[in-house]
Amino acid sequence: MSIDKTSTPPEESAVVNTEAAAGAATAVDPRLLVREQGFAGYVTEFKRKMKAGDLGSIPVVVGLAIIWIIFQSLNSNFLTAGNLSDISVAMVGTGMIAVGIVFVLLLGEIDLSVGSVSGVAGATFAVLNITHGMNEVLALVLAILTGTAAGAIHGFVFARIGVPAFAVTLAGLLFWQGFMLQILGSNGTINLDSEGIVAKLTSYYFSDVAAAYGLAVVAVAGYFLTSFLGNRRREAAGIPSRPLSDLVLRTVLLAVVSFAVAIVYNQHKGLPLAVVIFLAVLVFTDFVLRRTAYGRKVFALGGSVEASRRAGINVELVRISVFAIAGTFAAIGGLFVASKIASANQGAGTGEFLMNVIAAAVIGGTSLFGGRGRTWNALLGVLVIVSIQYGLALEGIAAPVQYMITGGVLLATVIIDAVTRKTQKTAGRA
Amino acid sequence: MVHVSATPVLALRGVSKRFGAVQALTDVELEVHAGEVVALVGDNGAGKSTLVKTIAGVHPIDEGVIEWEGKAVQVNKPNDAQNLGIATVYQDLALCDNIDVVGNLFLGREIRRRGALDEVEMERRSRELLDTLSIRIPSVRIPIASLSGGQRQVVAIARSMLGEPKLVILDEPTAALGVEQTAQVLDLVERLRERGHAVILISHNMADVKAVADKVAVLRLGRNNGVFEVESTSQEEIISAITGATDNAVTRRAARTNGESKK
Repeated sequence: MSIDKTSTPPEESAVVNTEAAAGAATAVDPRLLVREQGFAGYVTEFKRKMKAGDLGSIPVVVGLAIIWIIFQSLNSNFLTAGNLSDISVAMVGTGMIAVGIVFVLLLGEIDLSVGSVSGVAGATFAVLNITHGMNEVLALVLAILTGTAAGAIHGFVFARIGVPAFAVTLAGLLFWQGFMLQILGSNGTINLDSEGIVAKLTSYYFSDVAAAYGLAVVAVAGYFLTSFLGNRRREAAGIPSRPLSDLVLRTVLLAVVSFAVAIVYNQHKGLPLAVVIFLAVLVFTDFVLRRTAYGRKVFALGGSVEASRRAGINVELVRISVFAIAGTFAAIGGLFVASKIASANQGAGTGEFLMNVIAAAVIGGTSLFGGRGRTWNALLGVLVIVSIQYGLALEGIAAPVQYMITGGVLLATVIIDAVTRKTQKTAGRA
Repeated sequence: MVHVSATPVLALRGVSKRFGAVQALTDVELEVHAGEVVALVGDNGAGKSTLVKTIAGVHPIDEGVIEWEGKAVQVNKPNDAQNLGIATVYQDLALCDNIDVVGNLFLGREIRRRGALDEVEMERRSRELLDTLSIRIPSVRIPIASLSGGQRQVVAIARSMLGEPKLVILDEPTAALGVEQTAQVLDLVERLRERGHAVILISHNMADVKAVADKVAVLRLGRNNGVFEVESTSQEEIISAITGATDNAVTRRAARTNGESKK
């Protein structure tokens, strides 16, 4: 790149440029340079964000706390290690699919087919592995690739032919549901091998206490080291960096949460394999979205399609790939769902399941309008949804009431989203 | 003004462009030198945008020659223009509201380090670039949505500077801006000239043109209607060339100089 040339402009303009640079350095709005003011700057920045309606994950975390407190007061079994561990395993299936939905929502599009595609993946695995006796790893890979292919087809019809994503994936919802029923055949239900790889996805626990604590240590140390080294590079490059106090505060916060979770797991059966896989997926997808050129393209498309096109981004390719990613995660989630019930049945991925997935992504804080959100949002959202399901089930409250309550929570979330967006607009931050 | 080199960076010789039955451009001549701001003015429908699009490679020309640093070149695609060193900042800014200033500056040409985005290097270069152009924005890490119209415009122009172009085309950069923001953009245009870039500025605003341009090229009904030195020409003369309202000394002179340059 050639910006470095700017430091050696033609002779006659050099003086002007130095003056100009000095002028720029003094003209910075002090309110927004929080990083340079040290820790106090962050406190002011936080207050300003609250006023401007930039709430981030705070409403979801507060909401989750309220939900947990209510259910705990109704039934003292709710906040037990066993129940919390079960919730975290049960959420992985829905959560995986919600990760894919976050990608699609970032484009400002929607994928209604993920529920059906997840059912197809479970059925594909069961038919190949159980009915036809195929090697289970091969069957697993083929099941996931079925999801990728289904997503890629939706993406192709949307991006190349120009059919609205809503319509394409609505057709996909029906088609893949029919496809699943077709391959399941007349039996309707195929039970999985309880010792097989897919069944193990949700039934395996690392029972050694060292596993959960070890993972917590690795997570905290990893977070601190990457942030610290990143900070050092920023300092070396002479650009603003976080104060050390901020870094320590964040690390301590993460450590408290990680070790609390580890303690809870170790009081029950240990660290669940499903949760480890889910966390790995979240770390990886978050890295892809926020730290790679591909992720930048996804955000850019969510911001302005025209700007992306002019910047030389292959709009069609990114769109198709995002739908393929959504299909892939739908299939992975479908396998976790099948694993939890140890069978592939005709009801997989139907009914309210799709709505729960989309609700999870949205409740977590991913914008429906594109360009805003993180895959970690899926974790928070799905925790809310599954906590409600488990809490109500503990109380013996029937499904109709569950639907109404989940609906109410979703509505509350989008209202918060809409209101904060309005505040953000008036504060010039939308 | 910086000295103007003998060979123009860009020269159009007898360029014509036709859309079906509509003759959009007829025998248009234009020369831009390094370190020179040429304002392109004309009424609505005079062919300004079409002319700019032919230079930017959006509409290939039908007749005539485009010369780049003295050599005839073919500009058939936007990529051809970019490869030559022509950067175009369109009226609608083509920035992503949800991405921060650094992300927008480097959109589509991100710097990578071990496969991941090198945010540190991009931020360092962004600050360096913005400082060199003395662009004043609150922070390089706030989303474009938080910036004012003028700030967005200077970010869009700064973005075009990343490729170190020889010629920058600005399509009505001050059209939607307030007084102070307009001044910021005009400052930036002057800085581009100081740094030796050739600039084509499309504008409806005579005050802006008088403020920063060295030459004014007037288009009327798809034809040249005179090229004026800004310092020695009054605003009224330019306006009458744009509107073609009167047959006066200016228009006659313009026609005469036109005729001479063709010979």
